[in-house]
Amino acid sequence: MGLDIKIPIGLMFTILGLILTILGIVTAGDTEMYEQALGYNINLFSGIIMLVFGCFMLFTSQLFKKKKTEE
Amino acid sequence: MQTTFSLGTIDWTIILIYFVFVLGIGWALKRYMKDSSAFLEAGRSLPAWVTGLAFISANLGAIEMIGMAASGAKYGMMTVHFYWIGAIPAMIFLAIFMMPFYYGSKARSVPEYLKLRFDEKTRGFNAFAFAIMTVFSSGISMYALALLAQVIMPLEIDWNILGMHIGEFDFYLFVSAAIVLVYMVLGGLTSAIYNEVLQFFLIVIGFAPLVFIGLQDIGGWEGLKANLPENMMHSWKFAGSPDANPLGVTWFGVLMGLGFVLSFGYWTTNFLVVQRAMAAGSMSAARKTPLIGAFPKMFLPLLVVIPGMIALALTNVGSLELPMKEGTMVTDFDKVIPMLLLRYMPVGVLGLGITALMASFMSGMAGNVSAFNTVFTFDIYQSYIKPNKSDKHYLKVGRWTTVVGVLVSILTAYVARSFNNVMDFLQLIFAFVNAPLFAAFLLGMFWKRTTGHAAFWGLIGGTISAAVHHGFTLPAGASAGVKGGFFGLVNTYPSEMAQNFWTAIYAFSTALILTFMITLLTKKLKTDDELKGLVYSLTPKVKDDSKYWYQKPQVMAIIIGAIAIVLSIIFW
Repeated sequence: MGLDIKIPIGLMFTILGLILTILGIVTAGDTEMYEQALGYNINLFSGIIMLVFGCFMLFTSQLFKKKKTEE
Repeated sequence: MQTTFSLGTIDWTIILIYFVFVLGIGWALKRYMKDSSAFLEAGRSLPAWVTGLAFISANLGAIEMIGMAASGAKYGMMTVHFYWIGAIPAMIFLAIFMMPFYYGSKARSVPEYLKLRFDEKTRGFNAFAFAIMTVFSSGISMYALALLAQVIMPLEIDWNILGMHIGEFDFYLFVSAAIVLVYMVLGGLTSAIYNEVLQFFLIVIGFAPLVFIGLQDIGGWEGLKANLPENMMHSWKFAGSPDANPLGVTWFGVLMGLGFVLSFGYWTTNFLVVQRAMAAGSMSAARKTPLIGAFPKMFLPLLVVIPGMIALALTNVGSLELPMKEGTMVTDFDKVIPMLLLRYMPVGVLGLGITALMASFMSGMAGNVSAFNTVFTFDIYQSYIKPNKSDKHYLKVGRWTTVVGVLVSILTAYVARSFNNVMDFLQLIFAFVNAPLFAAFLLGMFWKRTTGHAAFWGLIGGTISAAVHHGFTLPAGASAGVKGGFFGLVNTYPSEMAQNFWTAIYAFSTALILTFMITLLTKKLKTDDELKGLVYSLTPKVKDDSKYWYQKPQVMAIIIGAIAIVLSIIFW
């Protein structure tokens, strides 16, 4: 199929990762909010992992391969 | 205790972003849907890692997500048998021995393979049974989604449209059905597969924090051990006698019933999963599909079984209270996952967890609809209703079948809602039909003499013997009815699982013996030449074109087998 699945996966996880990372940074120190998660800033952790995964997917997708061969 | 979530704007945003991407994938795929093969077979062009993840994701729907967590709470570590002794050997067998015939025969579906190998009536029997089963499974997925959504995302919807009352259940049912309908009509099987891949990553990333925090809370593995009975912490140690373990089965029942008959029957003959492998771009990719799926499959118990065990341990400590089933005093283990999400996840990751759950339900729905499409269009419409039409015609029929499939699924979702017993009963009948199927494939693929009459009557006989066994037995504590015993009572099993395993064993053995004997009594109608590519002894060995030694299917199979054995020993 013409569409490389890595592009939508990469985009979605990058966007969701960004949202959660920013949320994690903004709410850092909010002990009340993270009490139920045993004090872990779980938004920040999940956000960073998703961001890294999303970027990895994007960089290994057709999007970047095509550009390289054109150069 | 609070039983609904309070979702923040961020949670809703995450859910919406997921919907946008799901629909976007369908929209982006639309321009590639030029013929029936592109729409119904994904053009046989997908890479192995995509089909491999879709292979296990297609099975990771509502029943698996909710059911395996519930089993974790009921049977503990013995639930891992569904993975390490159940799925893994069957997936290896499919890859190494069966895929060459499925993919190499150019059959477009499992029923079509049956037609090529045996005859028309065997295909017809399987195609109709499968088509009905998939729309019902899809309906159950939708029902589970709407049920869950109305609990965790209360919207206070109370509309009156044209005299019809629309509540939250109806709202979520129609919204999810509409989304699935749109992306399936646009992108066909490719849409379904791509969304299954997306779902796989969402589940892993969305559920990992839940397990991590849950385990921390109970005090790690040691804490889990301290708060659960010892026979729930081992997979094999207590399998010597059915009374010693929570599953109520011996090692023989596990090996034969689950490991051999049920798992091989499901993973090697169910078109829902086999279709993913058949969509791969090459023979090599098709054979690697189940193998690539097997790697993550082995570690899924961590995400779906362990949460159930954590929930039970927390209940034992007294820090969690699981709800009862409506109107009974039986603990409702089906609510384990939503309960844990509610307990540990703050705004943000909560939206992520809910998105992962919804993704799993929706792709469970889509997976069934995509398999239904292909079987209906090729094996029922093209074979019995209108053969010899143009490809454009079948593409159109495929699209309309999607619409019909989704509409019937909505109907079955309401059936599931109003008559719980009817659904149990239907699932039971499907189990009867499926159990003997593996016998027909085993003999058909490895014994060229096997005839069509024999396969057909073997299937019928096996189905009947499953019904008879079920009708004369009951799990402990149940009363006659859907649970069995409708012909009288001869034997009582310690658990429902034990009864299922033995029903499968009887059905398979009957089908195997019947097919064998009828084959000897009937004339072989297909010539050796016609059976080329369909039977083991008449098919040239496939040469694998993998670049590196570790990419060869056989090498991958050995590595997977070794890891599964090591895992079994660690959690013995």
